[in-house]
Amino acid sequence: MKFLDEYRDAELVHAQIAELKRTLTRPWVIMEICGGQTHAILRYGLEQLLPPEIELVHGPGCPVCVTSLELIDKAIAIATQPGVIFISYGDMLRVPGSHKDLFSVRSAGGDVRVVYSPLDAVRIAQQNPDKEVVFFAIGFETTAPANAMSVLQAQVLGLTNYSILVSQVRVPPALHAILGSEHNRVQGFLLAGHVCAVMGYWEYPPIAARYGIPMAVTGFEPLDIVQGILQTVQMLEKGDVQVQNAYSRLVTQSGNQPAQDVINQVFEECDRNWRGIGLIPNSGWRLQPQYAAFDAELRFDVQDIQPQESALCISGLMLQGLRKPFECPAFGMQCTPETPLGATMVSAEGACAAYYRYKRDLGGA
Amino acid sequence: MGITEGPACPLPMPHHDRIILGHGSGGKLTQELVSRLFYPCFDNPALRQGDDSAVLNLGAGERIALSTDAHVVWPLFFPGGDIGRLAVCGTVNDVAMSGAEVRYLSAGFILEEGLEVSILARIVDSMRLAAEEAGVYIVAGDTKVVQRGKADGVYITAAGVGLLPAGRQIGGAQAQPGDVVLLSGSLGDHGIAVLAARGELGFETAVSSDVAPLNHLVAAMLQASPNIHVLRDPTRGGLGTTLNEIAGQSRVCIQIDENALPVRPEVAAACEMLGFDPLYIANEGKLVAIVAPQDAERILQAMRRTRYGEEALRIGEVLPAPSGRVLMRTRIGGTRLVDRLSGELLPRIC
Amino acid sequence: MCLGVPAKIIEIYTQNSLLMGKVDFGGVLREACLAYVPEAKVGDYAIIHVGFALNLLDEAEAQETLDTLRSIMDLGDELGLQPDLQPPAESVA
Repeated sequence: MKFLDEYRDAELVHAQIAELKRTLTRPWVIMEICGGQTHAILRYGLEQLLPPEIELVHGPGCPVCVTSLELIDKAIAIATQPGVIFISYGDMLRVPGSHKDLFSVRSAGGDVRVVYSPLDAVRIAQQNPDKEVVFFAIGFETTAPANAMSVLQAQVLGLTNYSILVSQVRVPPALHAILGSEHNRVQGFLLAGHVCAVMGYWEYPPIAARYGIPMAVTGFEPLDIVQGILQTVQMLEKGDVQVQNAYSRLVTQSGNQPAQDVINQVFEECDRNWRGIGLIPNSGWRLQPQYAAFDAELRFDVQDIQPQESALCISGLMLQGLRKPFECPAFGMQCTPETPLGATMVSAEGACAAYYRYKRDLGGA
Repeated sequence: MGITEGPACPLPMPHHDRIILGHGSGGKLTQELVSRLFYPCFDNPALRQGDDSAVLNLGAGERIALSTDAHVVWPLFFPGGDIGRLAVCGTVNDVAMSGAEVRYLSAGFILEEGLEVSILARIVDSMRLAAEEAGVYIVAGDTKVVQRGKADGVYITAAGVGLLPAGRQIGGAQAQPGDVVLLSGSLGDHGIAVLAARGELGFETAVSSDVAPLNHLVAAMLQASPNIHVLRDPTRGGLGTTLNEIAGQSRVCIQIDENALPVRPEVAAACEMLGFDPLYIANEGKLVAIVAPQDAERILQAMRRTRYGEEALRIGEVLPAPSGRVLMRTRIGGTRLVDRLSGELLPRIC
Repeated sequence: MCLGVPAKIIEIYTQNSLLMGKVDFGGVLREACLAYVPEAKVGDYAIIHVGFALNLLDEAEAQETLDTLRSIMDLGDELGLQPDLQPPAESVA
C-alpha cells in the first residue's frame, strides 16, 4: 500500500536505528503521547530493537483512556433511556464506568451502535426521526473537526433529534501538566502526528522552550517513529531545544486552516477532567452556546452522577508515564482486557492493553 | 469515594450475568463461557479434548469423529457464499480436521416467520452443491419456525460425522517442538467479505468469502504423509486465536513470521482502515497444519496440487518455550506476542 | 490517538452542501468528507480519519525524505557501517 509499505521497510528502519546508536552517548527518557504510536511500537516489537539507552514512556494519548469516569457514567445513563439510539466509536463500548460499560447497556436491551464516522451518526438521526440520537464525541484535536462537522451537518439538515456528548481533549495543556510536574522525568517528546496535521505545531515551541524539552512531530509507522526518536535524540545530544517536523509529508507548521476554522466556530475551550490524572485547566473543548441545542449534557438530565473509580487501578500514574503496566499489581491478574479495571486496559491503544496483548511475559522493558 | 490510588479490593467489570456479543466471537470470552458453564455441566473426556470434533470409540477398534456447528451469519448471502454453504463447509471442515473421512451431515433449520420460500430454496440448493463438492450426504434434518423478528431469516445448525482410520492421532495436543506450521492460503477473506456485505461500516471491496470444504485437501495431505500432528481451520477468532489454542493444548510455543503471512491487498487495506489485525479475522476455507519437519515440503507440494491448497506455504515453527504462547517475528525484525482475540473486534479511532 | 490511513481520492462531489469524495484505500472504497481539503483533486492522496480527509499527503516531500534516508543508508553500507539486523538475544522470553 502506497504511503504505508515504504515506512515499514525493515532495512530502512534498521539503518535509522544504527544511526541512532551512533548518535547516542547517554540514556534519554522520551515520551510519546499518542495511543496510535504506543500501539505501533508494541505491535511491531520496536521497543526491543531500540538501544537500551532509550527509555520510551507512554503518555496520556488515548482519548478513550482519558475520558472522565463521570462522562462515561453519563453516557451509560443516556444510553439506558428508552427512545435513545446511543452511537459511539468502537473502543468506547468496553470502557468501564463506575458500575458497567456500554456493552452491558446493549446487552440489557439498549440501542447502542458503533459507527466508523460521525457523519454515519447524523445519517442514523435522519433515518430515525422518532428517536433521540446521541453521539459520543470523544477525541483529541484530530477528531474534533469531524465531530464538529457532524453538528454543522445536523444543523444544515434541520435535525432536532441529534446531539453530541462531548469529551474533546487538547494536547498542549496536557504537556504543561506532565512536563510541569515535579515528578517529571521526560527529557524529549514525540508529538502526535495527526493532532499536528490538524492544529499545526506552532503551539509547541513556547512549551519546549519553557521546560527545555526538544520535540519532534512524529508519524505512526515504524520508520516514522524511529525517525522521530532519532531527531529528538540528535537535539538532546546537542542540547538543542526545538520543535522539528519528522512527519513532513503530512504536517505543516500552521496546520489545516479550514479544520481549525470549524473547530473555532463550533467549540470553545473549557476545563476538563482527565481520567486518572484529574482536572487540567483549558484542556478541553465544549460546544459554544449557539450550539446548545446539540449538547447532550443539556438535553438529558444527567447532572447528578457520582463516579466511583476502581481503587486498584493506577491508570493515572500510567498515563503520566510514571509507572509501567508491569509495575501495577493488578496487571494481568484482576485486570485483563476481559476484566479491565481502568481505561488503559480497555482501549486497544491503552498502554496496559498494548502491553498485555503484545508483551506480557516477554519481559518488562 | 473519588479517584484514589490506594490498594483496595475492586470488582472486575462483570460480564457473567448476561451474554454479550463478545461471547460469540470465538475468542477469550467464548472460551470462558464454555469452560465455566458448558464443560463442567457436560463433563466427559471426549468433550474435554477441546478439538473441533470429538473422537469417539465405538468399540471393536472403530472410531468416529463427531462435530456440531451453528450458523447465524448476516447477511444470508455474501460474495463467495451464503449461510447454506457455510453450514455444510463449516461442519465438514470441523470433522475433517480430526483426519476423519467425513461421511454424513444433519441439518436443523430455524426459520423466521415471513422468510420467502424462494430464499430458503436458494440456500438449500447451495447446501446441495456444497455437499456434492465435499462428497457427503445430508441424511437427517429438522425444521422449526419462530416468530417474525427472532431469527435474522434463517439460523442453521449442522452436525457431521466421519470415520477415523486406525492409528490416526491428529489433534490440538499433538504439536511437538521442531514441527513446521503450514497455512493453506490467505487470511481474513471471509470476515472482511461479510463485514463489507453488512454495510454498517460503509465500505466496498471486491473480496469474496473463501468458504470451501477442505476434506479433499486434508485427504491429499494425509496421503503425502501420515506425520501430520495438528489440523485446524481458523474460523472465528482467526489464526491468532487458533494458534493460541493449539499452543495451550500442546504446551508448546508457536512462532510465526509476519513476512510469510498471506493477506490479500484488499483485506489488508480494510484492516488498516478499521484498525483490525488480519490475525483475528474469520476464515472459512483455510486450514493450518502442524507437521513433522522432515515431511513439510512433501505435504506442501501435495497441498499446492490440490484445490484450495494452491497458495499453501510455511508460516512458522514450534518451539519448546515459552509454553502456551504464540510469538510473531514482525516485518521489521522485532518479536511480539500474538494473543487470543479478546471480545468482539471493534473498529478503533486511535 | 489517530488512526489515519492513506487513501487515493478517486471521485469528488457535493452532498448536502458538504464536499465529499470516494476514496480508495487499496482495493477498499469508501466515501469520505473532503471539506477540510477543498483544494483536493482526483488522484491526490490524503490521510483519512473517521471518514474525513485530514490533510493531503505531499508526495514530493515524502519521496524526498525517503530518498534522503536511502542514500544515507547506502552511504552507511559503503563506509562499512552495518546496521544491526538482529535484536539482542535476551529480549525474547
